[in-house]
Amino acid sequence: MSGAATEAGRTLAMGQDEVVGGSRRSVEAPFGRALARLGQSRPDIVGLTADLGKYTDILPFRDAFPERFFNVGMAEQNLVAVAAGLARTGKVPFATTYGVFATRRAYDFVAIALAHSKLDVKIVAGLPGLTTGYGGTHQAIEDLALMRMIPGLTIIDPCDATEIEAATEAIAAHRGPVYMRLLRGSVPAVFEAGYRFEIGKARQLRNGSDVGIISTGFMTERALDAADALRKQGISAGVLHVPTIKPFDAGAVAEFAAGFSHIVTAENHVVVGGLASLVVETLFDAGIAKKVTRIGLPDRYIECGAVPTLQAKYGLTTEAVIATITGLS
Amino acid sequence: MLRNSPPGSADIGALQRKATRLRRHMLTMARGQGQGYIGQGLGIADTLAALYFHELRYDPHNLAWADRDRFLLSTGHYSIALWAALAEAGIIPVEELITYGADNSRLEMSTLDTTPGVEIIGGSLGHGLGQGVGQALGLRVDKSDARVFVELSDGEMQEGSTWEAAMSASHFKLDGLVALIDCNGIQADGPVVLYMEPVADKWRAFGWQTSEIDGNDMKAVVGALADARERNGKPKAIVLRTLPGKGVPRIETSEKSHFFRIDVAQWDGIIAEFEKTVGAVQ
Repeated sequence: MSGAATEAGRTLAMGQDEVVGGSRRSVEAPFGRALARLGQSRPDIVGLTADLGKYTDILPFRDAFPERFFNVGMAEQNLVAVAAGLARTGKVPFATTYGVFATRRAYDFVAIALAHSKLDVKIVAGLPGLTTGYGGTHQAIEDLALMRMIPGLTIIDPCDATEIEAATEAIAAHRGPVYMRLLRGSVPAVFEAGYRFEIGKARQLRNGSDVGIISTGFMTERALDAADALRKQGISAGVLHVPTIKPFDAGAVAEFAAGFSHIVTAENHVVVGGLASLVVETLFDAGIAKKVTRIGLPDRYIECGAVPTLQAKYGLTTEAVIATITGLS
Repeated sequence: MLRNSPPGSADIGALQRKATRLRRHMLTMARGQGQGYIGQGLGIADTLAALYFHELRYDPHNLAWADRDRFLLSTGHYSIALWAALAEAGIIPVEELITYGADNSRLEMSTLDTTPGVEIIGGSLGHGLGQGVGQALGLRVDKSDARVFVELSDGEMQEGSTWEAAMSASHFKLDGLVALIDCNGIQADGPVVLYMEPVADKWRAFGWQTSEIDGNDMKAVVGALADARERNGKPKAIVLRTLPGKGVPRIETSEKSHFFRIDVAQWDGIIAEFEKTVGAVQ
């Protein structure tokens, strides 16, 4: 799990990888490697997990700093409570588990033990949205909506390996509680080295004139590929990447949306309460009336199955983004 | 001034008088609003007196001292007892106690962590012990010998997170962690909603060094705390059998001792009864 891989691939599930086409390289465990690097200069950083260290890429940190790593077993409420206690002794805990457990299961602890006291704890949550075929028990399809409602919680949904590394550094430097979604294992590098991530800032990655795509998380990778393909068909699509869900960059979203007659949102999350809702609220607040088409998971639990099959079925692919945009009236 | 008396040095009579002062403060607070969690507060008064005036190492003028012993009140609605102790310890003004539970008062009926001397937000039950585990781990990383005391209640043992924390404390061999389990036999819906016995056996089974005492017997409380100072690689659980409303017969025997709301004249009667009892004892 250590060392950067240059072979192009994407981790789909436990022990299951997918080859990524084109010239895109990929990186192994970008979060864990970044955290282990940070640990050298930051003795206040401690790592925690709830029996999911292997599957949340935090083992490089454990191996480098065993005395600063705690595995609390299958107990996510306690994971968050222990992290809160550590924060009160001046530590900066990074606690990993799956998104479903950090949110649905430990919600009261995140809200009261962490956010209410603005404690400096970073929750890094694996299997966001539709990145596992294990069904509703493991797919954190509504985590952004749930966490958004917690006052003062910073929420980040990174796109790729480059952004995960940059965001890990940024949240370590940020004071306050953070929920960050984690793409684990072999993660494609979509952005060039040197890509700048800043908490709370959206980035316009493509200019366009026909349609504006506002995306977050790995859907930005699909949006960029779709925009490139659409250009060949004579459709000019702009892309605004919004990796921070909270605080939301309302100014950038409103400014970007003003330049298009039609907006498409794209997120690896249910279309209720996440990016789509944030964009619509933002436009309404700014007095900007635009047609908005939402790409994301429907308001239902997703079944078990192979990740590529499920992502194709529920529209989280480049092809689906292209089809949605070419189908707009 | 740093407090933390040597083991065996306790002046039991002086600590009992402190407990009486805490109870008097609590009655004043409850009378102010006509209501409060007075039953629990009176029950835990002896433990808080032993902690704040004998066992805990802290500096009332430097609350952020990194090597202070921590006291975490997990049952936030016991705040009435904590405010009394913090006032008597010189951390908050005694005159402020009368604002307990009033609008804009920082002496809430359930603790937030915004008042000086309060270590955690209590009251969402089942939160305290896990946060105590985290603090004890953090102190260990820093090689500090400070200890962490967590008060929790018998009703709170019904929250599953309590046992998640109990498992992890013994796994990490947190011998600087002391759980003070107030078994007063009352909870929101009445006495013993869910049968919790044998309480001490449960903690022992989870790997804790466990003692069980009369929580209203000052000598027993001080003795159990002294035992818990011995480090032997296990977290310590002290099961405190307390009487809700201890010291005020009318509250001790009340069925509504979980939350007590009466009019001012009745409070005056209760306070007179309390002073009479204290006078008879001393």
